Amino acid sequence: MKTYDAVVVGAGHNGLTTAAFLAKAGLDVVCVEKNEYIGGAAVSRELYKDWMYSNCSYVCSLLRPEIYRSLELHKHGLQVTPYGGSLQFLQNGDYFGSYHDAEAAYRERARFSRHDADSYERYSADTMRQCRFIRDTLLRTPPDPTSFKRKDIKELLAIGSKFMEMGEDRMYETIRFWTMSVAEYLDEYFETDAIKTAFSGSGIIGTALGVHSPGTAYVLLHHYMGEVDGNAGTWGVARGGMGAVSKSIAGAFQAYGGELRTESGVDKIMVRNGKTTGVALEDGTEINARVVVSAMDVKRTFLKCMDRSDLPAEFHKRVENFKIRGSSGKVNIALDGMPTFPALPKGSVLYRSDMHFIDSMERMERAYDEWKAGTWSKDPYIDCVIPTTTDPTMTPPGKHFMSCFVQYCPHQIDGRAWTSDEKAAFGRTVIDQIANYSPDFKNLILHYEVRTPQDIEAEIGITEGNIFHGELTMDQLLFNRPVPGYAQYRTPVGGLYMCGSSTHPGGGVMAAPGANAAREILADLKRPNTVPENFGDD
Amino acid sequence: MSASEVFQGQIRSPFYERMAALDTKSTWHTWKGYTTPDALYCGETEYFAVRNATGVFDITPMTKYRIKGRDSLAYINRLVTRDMEKIKPGRVAYAVWCDDQGQVLDDGTIFHLREGEYRLCSQERHFDWLMTNAIGFDVSVTEETAEVAGLAVQGPTSYSVLKNMGIKGLDELKLFGLMHVDFEGAELMVSRTGFTGDLGYELWIQPDKATALWDALFAAGKLYGIRAIGAHALEMARVEAGYLAPGPDFLPAKATVRTGRTRSPLELGLEWLVDFSKPNFNGRRALAEEKRKGSTWRLVKLDIAGNKIAHSSYIFDDASASKKNIGFITSAEWSPVCKQNVALGSVRTPHGKVGSTVWVEIYYQREMHWSRAMAKATVVDKPFWLPPRRSATPPGPY
Repeated sequence: MKTYDAVVVGAGHNGLTTAAFLAKAGLDVVCVEKNEYIGGAAVSRELYKDWMYSNCSYVCSLLRPEIYRSLELHKHGLQVTPYGGSLQFLQNGDYFGSYHDAEAAYRERARFSRHDADSYERYSADTMRQCRFIRDTLLRTPPDPTSFKRKDIKELLAIGSKFMEMGEDRMYETIRFWTMSVAEYLDEYFETDAIKTAFSGSGIIGTALGVHSPGTAYVLLHHYMGEVDGNAGTWGVARGGMGAVSKSIAGAFQAYGGELRTESGVDKIMVRNGKTTGVALEDGTEINARVVVSAMDVKRTFLKCMDRSDLPAEFHKRVENFKIRGSSGKVNIALDGMPTFPALPKGSVLYRSDMHFIDSMERMERAYDEWKAGTWSKDPYIDCVIPTTTDPTMTPPGKHFMSCFVQYCPHQIDGRAWTSDEKAAFGRTVIDQIANYSPDFKNLILHYEVRTPQDIEAEIGITEGNIFHGELTMDQLLFNRPVPGYAQYRTPVGGLYMCGSSTHPGGGVMAAPGANAAREILADLKRPNTVPENFGDD
Repeated sequence: MSASEVFQGQIRSPFYERMAALDTKSTWHTWKGYTTPDALYCGETEYFAVRNATGVFDITPMTKYRIKGRDSLAYINRLVTRDMEKIKPGRVAYAVWCDDQGQVLDDGTIFHLREGEYRLCSQERHFDWLMTNAIGFDVSVTEETAEVAGLAVQGPTSYSVLKNMGIKGLDELKLFGLMHVDFEGAELMVSRTGFTGDLGYELWIQPDKATALWDALFAAGKLYGIRAIGAHALEMARVEAGYLAPGPDFLPAKATVRTGRTRSPLELGLEWLVDFSKPNFNGRRALAEEKRKGSTWRLVKLDIAGNKIAHSSYIFDDASASKKNIGFITSAEWSPVCKQNVALGSVRTPHGKVGSTVWVEIYYQREMHWSRAMAKATVVDKPFWLPPRRSATPPGPY
């Protein structure tokens, strides 16, 4: 029976990235996927005739350009186009727009507050400073601070010296930044509630924390450090939907000779004498491999697909304690035409922005309170994008697809499974909130799909449907992600590696975990490295 | 109510119609949201209007704040590094303001309009910083950028032009002085200030009188060679005058991401603007320490051999460029009036002392091909262009 060099479990964008870089190095690699389609949560599917739904991830900014270039993703069909700004509807009939054009954005802030109009520059510089600090670590393996290996010491020194370079005052600021809440952070710059609310969303997306919870300032950074062609903080849409990201990486993988098997869910990762020997599929097929790489989240990998006896007890416990909490749902909508928003003038560039329907920090925090109480937010934070205002390929001409990312939405209601009535009510909550600002919106709906964390878990496999495969809090970052001592993509089992977003630097369709894992695996196998380094910007 | 949106285009200053009527080139750019001409007919010709006759430049987009109130002097004195106690009503001060680390946030001019009432005029926007500083002071700070239209009237015949326009009192108006006169029932503020290093004035008026002011000015200047100019001509004049521009020559500290890219006033050759004998001011402690320990950077004015312009050049200590560079050029040009190859640059101390020699690595293109030259340069003290007429009072008719 054939023995592969490596089997990668899960054909999401990270699994495919690891697979592609291993195949590029000449390894014999198979990537197995439980669903009949690839992409995991970076996927687009036709759920309504002629409508492509990006029904999980929906916008693109964090995907590392180094990986894009190295795997020649443009040759495999990927095109990322930036879209324009963001928008906040206010309850008083007004709105606040964050325009892509700097002067229009300035005038808009000045409409609310001259102070906030001017302080944005300071906010932007301070946030970018933190981005630069963390961005350099994205395509690097986190150093183990307890190790005395030359490589770890070198990496620690690199991070340390970058920190020291900041200078005394900025070192204080950095420590504060990494531990404070997004609300406190924004209070240091802005006085207008609507403006603070507009910027605060990025601090809580995908996180079971509220705007006043410590640690959420960092989450904001996670959404700010992306880029489209060097324009930091810019978000774009993948032409054809987010599935184009996964498809292009799969295209590269196959071009390097890799093998892709769908409808091949893994039942068990096989272990003999402390080393993995391959995987057993749900249909009983065994695939032998010298290396197994799991792109599944850390809980699913170790708690669902392995025997407890194959793992050390403490490690097992730490995996159980890793926080992967379901906090967001999605409502994906096929529209017969472009909804109108009377608050906005016709033809405004803001129709192409991401839209929000919540206008105060108080409402943001209340939305979180309901999650804590075990139910979905009745007045939620919705990040609503109509990618078809930019991408002409996802629907028939003149028709639109609307993606609503909704926070907060728990994995379970009061500790039990969602009922179908509750799920329908959750969908109505979202549609009603939008309809408050768009009278013709409901009439344009042709079809919609409601996805709770429970649905996402059932379909994609991500524990609690958490978009980051584990929250981005300080205790779960860098050398602590996912488990202290196991942040370098290796596991307690020989030949078994992790490459999903549970590992550094986390989720968000970055593909960095997948690339970093490939680099470590190739080093262990003493193969030439195929994974690119950070471009760096100095 | 029909939905509205903030203006998405470039703002037209009250002088736009007049400038557009003279425009033959259609090359405009954005300056703080306003559309502003690069040149209206020919950048070089416009430059010579400033040095030979009178050039008129629209400075409406300059950020302007009105500072009023019982504590306005104390407030401004803490804000900026120079002693504002000495700037009496009717006087104007060039000043810089720093953060607590003694790094320059911006430079600008402060007009002491009347007792206890000031206008602060700068390139960048600072309402955030000005309000933070206002806490605890009986002072009001109002942005008035759009409420005040401004024209720079610069060049050797500018005095004659304004006099011909009927403005009285110019004979006594000294450099950095200001006065208020009546213009068609509105208050016209005339200051003897500018960004060209030449004899010149700036006129400030309410926007609805702007075109009338322009027309009166150009009618009066007809026989004195008056011309409207664009930013290109102004830029040439300001480098000859050795004036700093935020952006090329220093970065406003609050908008700077990388550590070490900011500059202190001492590093910008502006020590004369820092008065350690006055009461506490922002950045004092850091600047005192820098003075004791020495600065990292030094701004240099360079007189460069040859005629190849040193755009974006590295500066070296030796002609062979064998060691690491000691700094870089921030602004450079050929000075038509001085017939000198001039530049401003930033070098690491102890390099760049006045009178010392440095070497500039110049890349230049001639008919597609690029060449490289190492040019000897001397660090000079004074502005390249500093004519006596700039400060002569009363000014000559020229």
